[in-house]
Amino acid sequence: MPNTRSIPGNGHRSGEVPEPRIVGFFCTWCTYLAADLAGTSRIKYAPNVRVVRVMCSGRIDPQFVLDAFANGADGVLIGGCHPGDCHYQEGNYNCLRRARLLKQVLEQLGIEEDRFRVEWISAAEGDRVRVVINDMVEKLRALGPLQMQRENALVSIAPVEQALQEVCV
Amino acid sequence: MMPDKPKIAFYWCASCGGCEEAVVDLAEEILDVVAAVDIVFWPVALDYKRRDVERMPDGSILATFLNGAIRTSEQEEMAELLRRKSKLLVAFGSCSHLGGIPGLANLFTRDSILQAVYFDAPTTQNPDHILPGSRRNNGQGELTLPYFSERVRALDQVVEVDYYVPGCPPLPKIITRAVATLLSGQLPEKGSVLAPEEGLCSECPRKDSKPERIALKAFKRPQDILIDETQCLLAQGLLCMGPATRAGCEAACIKGNMPCSGCCGAPMRVRDQGAKALSAIASLVDSRDEHEIDQILASIPDPVGTFCRYSLPASLLHSKRNF
Repeated sequence: MPNTRSIPGNGHRSGEVPEPRIVGFFCTWCTYLAADLAGTSRIKYAPNVRVVRVMCSGRIDPQFVLDAFANGADGVLIGGCHPGDCHYQEGNYNCLRRARLLKQVLEQLGIEEDRFRVEWISAAEGDRVRVVINDMVEKLRALGPLQMQRENALVSIAPVEQALQEVCV
Repeated sequence: MMPDKPKIAFYWCASCGGCEEAVVDLAEEILDVVAAVDIVFWPVALDYKRRDVERMPDGSILATFLNGAIRTSEQEEMAELLRRKSKLLVAFGSCSHLGGIPGLANLFTRDSILQAVYFDAPTTQNPDHILPGSRRNNGQGELTLPYFSERVRALDQVVEVDYYVPGCPPLPKIITRAVATLLSGQLPEKGSVLAPEEGLCSECPRKDSKPERIALKAFKRPQDILIDETQCLLAQGLLCMGPATRAGCEAACIKGNMPCSGCCGAPMRVRDQGAKALSAIASLVDSRDEHEIDQILASIPDPVGTFCRYSLPASLLHSKRNF
């Protein structure tokens, strides 16, 4: 099994910077097996990814990615088969097309590029899982928490007097 | 004799007035509506005041049709008041349903909008620094302006909503059908959108011309090409939101030879119209090379404004992230 245990330090005390949380969508034929291989090979990597296994990277609806961000993910990692290696022939290309457009939308919505990543990792590349995840965790640490404002923040009218003062300065 | 006709109210919040116009567009059919109901509140057409609504017993209005998104404290108060006074609250039109065009303001912070409008615009003269939320005395009494909240919200992000009438503005056919449904007493499931469940392509007059597979090397804008009036607009490279938009308008824009811009929101079982539209459009790109894909996608000038044109506040992320 890939490393899906809970992230230590997540129930952080106030003042502490929480650990980055990554949601990984891994294709069952390649990247999921690579993560499995990393596990059986006892390769150590940062425990910050929650892995969701999907049949194909082409199955990943952009709604999944947005939902992950809306619900507290600091980063989303998609793992699929190398170009030309898709079990369903076209799936990873469709994933790539959607991901390139989604990246533009995320940029317009103020979500930094490093928070959304697509990697092709074959079933044989257990060590690549380690490299990618460690690198992504490091970049997310540098960026800090995403804290996408949620509905609760939306519903309350912000303290207006204070905001007015800021504008008037 | 006081007939026990059901009471109906109309109200507007952050909107352009097109939804009010849509009610008038019912033409003769509005007479049938008027014959069947008592319109007890409709500020755009009838001289009733807020205090008249406040005096009504709670739940005494059968249905309030509220159009427009919610941005100011006044709009929020009116939404809450009308919610309390109405058995059914209907979000009427795209802005109320999803946030609508005013919802695109969620790409900017409140402060930057106030700064631009109340101070920086060349035509603005505001020496007293008056802003929404200000109070001032003009010598005859104290005047107040409503507060301007951080975000634009759809109606159901402020109060509970029973039904939605989609469209920018809703078409007469959708309105009359919705009113008839609500008056019939045979109410659909709470939270329903009073329009068909499927995507617009299903009722598009050009659906037979849609090829099995569309592969595009560039996206076009309507002003760039001579649009064939019979062929599927997606196949011609236009950004038509039909695949990710609810049916019900009978493809009104497409009949006018313009691509669908998505005003009726997402079909059933789709949570985020923008994400679905993005997904549908991206899969038309005819390339497997990352660099070339980017080049083709660069012909879409404003992805959020294209895919989330009417639905940003109701989308999964609601707004641009505030730094």
